[in-house]
Formats: sequence, C-alpha cells, structure tokens
Amino acid sequence: MTLAERAYLPAIFQGLSITMRHFFKKKPTIRYPEEQRPFSPVFRGLHVLKRDEQGRERCTACGLCAVACPAEAITMVAGERKKGEEGLYREEKYAISYEINMLRCIFCGLCEEACPKAAVYLQADKMAPPRFERDEFIYGKDRLVEPVSPDNRSKRGIQLTEEQAQQLRTKVDAQLA
Amino acid sequence: MLELPALGWQSIVIFVVFALSLLIATYCTYAERVIAAFLQDRVGPDRAGPYGLAQPLADAVKMFTKEEFFPSGANTALFIFGPCLAMIMALMSSAVIPFGNVLSFGTNYFFLQGIEVNIGLLWVFGVVSLGVYGIMIGGWASNNKFSLLGAVRAASQNISYELAMGLSLIAVLMISGTLSLRDITLQQSMPGEWHFWNIVKQPLGFIIFLVCAFAETNRTPFDLPECETELVGGYHTEYSSMKLGLYLFSEYVNIFVASAVMSVLYFGGFNFPFQYELRDWLVSSQDWTLAGAQNLITILGTVLFFGKIFAFIFFFMWVRWTLPRFRYDQLMRLGWTILIPLSIFNILLTGGLITFGVISEVPSWWLN
Repeated sequence: MTLAERAYLPAIFQGLSITMRHFFKKKPTIRYPEEQRPFSPVFRGLHVLKRDEQGRERCTACGLCAVACPAEAITMVAGERKKGEEGLYREEKYAISYEINMLRCIFCGLCEEACPKAAVYLQADKMAPPRFERDEFIYGKDRLVEPVSPDNRSKRGIQLTEEQAQQLRTKVDAQLA
Repeated sequence: MLELPALGWQSIVIFVVFALSLLIATYCTYAERVIAAFLQDRVGPDRAGPYGLAQPLADAVKMFTKEEFFPSGANTALFIFGPCLAMIMALMSSAVIPFGNVLSFGTNYFFLQGIEVNIGLLWVFGVVSLGVYGIMIGGWASNNKFSLLGAVRAASQNISYELAMGLSLIAVLMISGTLSLRDITLQQSMPGEWHFWNIVKQPLGFIIFLVCAFAETNRTPFDLPECETELVGGYHTEYSSMKLGLYLFSEYVNIFVASAVMSVLYFGGFNFPFQYELRDWLVSSQDWTLAGAQNLITILGTVLFFGKIFAFIFFFMWVRWTLPRFRYDQLMRLGWTILIPLSIFNILLTGGLITFGVISEVPSWWLN
C-alpha cells in the first residue's frame, strides 16, 4: 500500500463525501397511506360486476368465468328471474350468489376475457385490500356488484337532469327495499 | 460570588445537564435512525408523531414493557449492576463540562457549569475509563462466551486507545497549562481572533483524539465489543428490556460527552467568533448595559456550544454509516503502532513549537 492508502484518511474522506451526497439525494420512498404510486393502466385489481345502462346486473350466471378461472376462485349459483324483477337483472337468468375468493384469485383477468356479457371486470385502480380474517377475503355480490347511483350512470354518458336523477333514486331505493 | 445561592444554582445546573443528557441521548436514537436512513436514500421512522418525533417515546415504552430475561447461571446482582454502572459513569462525566460562560444578575454571578474543578479534564477521563467496567461486569455476569468475548474486547480496546488519547491530551495541556475545562475554554477566547481555537494549534492532536473518541465510545468503525457479525450482540447479547436500553443509552450519553469534550478542547467551547466585538458594539452603539450584553453572548455561546456538540454527534453517526468495522488485529495495530507513536510525535512537535516560540505555552494575555 502507498502511504496515502495506509494513512486511511483520504479513503475515509472519500467515503464520507459519497455518503454525504446520498444524504441530500431525493428519496425514492413513497409514504404509502398518504402517497400512492399511480397504477399502470393495464393493472388488474379488484373485480367488479357491472350493471348495464339501466342499472340492471349484466351477469347471467353462465359460469364461463368460473370455468376459465385457473385458480378456481369463482363460485356462483344461478337462478331464474321472476316477474317484476326485470329492472334488476338484464336476462332471464341471473346469479343468486356470486363469490370470488381473493386468496385464491391470481388476478390473471381470464374471467374478464371469458365473460360474454361484459359483466366482470378487474378494476385498474383498486386493489383487494389486506384483511385479518380468511372469510373476509370471500367477496360476495354485496361487495362485487357495482353500486347503483345516478352519478355512476352519468359517468357512462347518460346525462340526467336533477329531476330524473331524483326519480331514479326513489326507484332504486324502492327496488332495494 | 455568593456561596449559598451558588450551591443551589449548581444543583439546578446539574439537574438540567442530567435531563439534557438524557433528552439528547433519547433523540440520538431517533437521529441515528433518520441519519442512517438519509445516508441510505431512505426516509427513516416517520410514523410516530410529526416526522416520527415521538419514536423515542415509543421505543422507550417498548423497552420498558419487554420481558426481563436472566440467563441461567448468570450472576444476578452483577448482571443488574453492569448496565447501572455503565449509565451512571456516562452521566457523571458531564458535570464538569462548561456549557456556557457567566450569567450576571445584579451582584450575583451564575456559571453555566455543574462543578468547576481545577482537574476537570482528569475527572472526565477518570469517569469515562470507569465506564468500561459497566461493560466488563455485564459481559462477565452474563455467563455467555460471546458476552465475555465482547467484554474482553471492550476492555482491551479502551485501555489501548486511552493511551493514545491521554498522550494527545498532553499536547493540549502543554499549550494551556491547566486541567480546568473552563480555563481551557476561556483561553481560546482571545478577543478578535476566532482562530485562537486549539484546533489551529493542535490539528494532529485533534485527529488522534477524534479517532480515540470513536474507539472509547465503541462506535463504528471500532464497535468490536458489540460486533453483530461475530459476537451475536457482544457484551449485551444476554440483555433484554430496559437493561439493554441502558447500555444503548449510555453509549449515546458517552457520545454526547465525547462531543462536548472535543468542542471544549479543540473548538473553543462556548466561544464564538467576534463575541467581544458583538458585546462592545451592543454596549457602545445600542445602549446595552455591559452585563446585559455579556448575558446575551453567554446565551448565544451556550446555544452555539450545543450546535458544536450536535455537529460532532452528527459526525459520529455519519462515520458510523460510512465505514465498515475494523478487524480486531487491525484495531490493535492502529492503536499501538500508529496512534501512540503519532501522539508522542505530536507532543515532541508541540514542545518544539513552544521552544521556538511559534505557539506560546500559555496565552500571554491569560497570564496578565
């Protein structure tokens, strides 16, 4: 070793200057709950069961998504639409229950591709959140079906007047009751 | 100077210094984590309170509520005594450090210093070298070979580096001619000359002292007594709960004291550049009383003294997260074959410079 190397000090100052440069560097940390990393536009997150333009559930419980699912995460029970339920379900057949086990699901999106009625989608902006209990990961229709609201509809291009929206709200409330 | 109020004042100062040492040591744990994080491109703890400032409190609660574990075969009394001794010795040494000049109210003068003794420097070094007994006793009482190895390393390391440290101090004593920390500080306050600080006269001595201070406080790159990669946790392997906390705490208190001593010995203590010009300017053109102006520069000096201490603490942490640990034989070689000869050379150099009149033995204005 040369004298400079044996004296340690030049190397130490070099090291100190390197760490000091890092001290003032911008930190790449994302402080999660306050700050969120934007999702990729093709991100496949939490599922949603879509409604059509009139707020009826699109799903007809054909079972193609369950067949397509490589993780066998989807189960459903089909039922027949009764008279007077035309405002609720689009076709004569509908899913009485529709459950996705988020612990099994691998978020591959094959259910979305398999669906002939454009009913199931994986949202690009929402994740399946962590939970404490296993059964909380089984998402039923209560958490999967898109909520009905006038605001939801207007997003899809149908402009409602305030009066129409109020009418729709009472109608939906009556149906849900 | 009044005798009885002075005694009361001393106990207040000692209590404040005690509380401050603990507070600074507490926040050193936070600072260490944040500085480590920043040096590694992270942000560090920021969840507990604003900017994570409540983190030390959370850590303390964690430490106090953890299980107290006594290893089988351990000497229980000594096992408890070890961390207590380490902590007591760490806290005792700050009693003699002059944290500020004098405050005057009417005819009463108050020195911002716990105890002014004419052997202040000896006191600090005596107490600091006793601190190794805390580590020795704790490591030995644990009945664990790794603890014992750590303790033995701590003892031999501290003894080896105390030699070089003491020798580098002798050079300071040669130019100051006193062991009183207050006198050493005041000698560095030559009116109008900020460069009167001892670092200008003793650059080599300062570097030796700095390196030895790292070794004495068991900090990286000389943290061989707790060497995680070889000795599990070193001397505190078997310790848990607040007894471990006391060991870690005493390390930070030691860093605080070492920083204070370095500021006093080499960086002018509570003196700051142009303090007398500031005082004279306040008195002559701002209509301040002399006592008021002196009180102001005393307070400013104390604040700046703490600034110097914090700068040194930052430097301790900066070095810790930059340098890797020495190997044990490298440590011993550095201590015995480099630092001790260098410090002896420093003594000779200082003696030569004094003899040939380049630097004065004791500042001439001090003797008048």
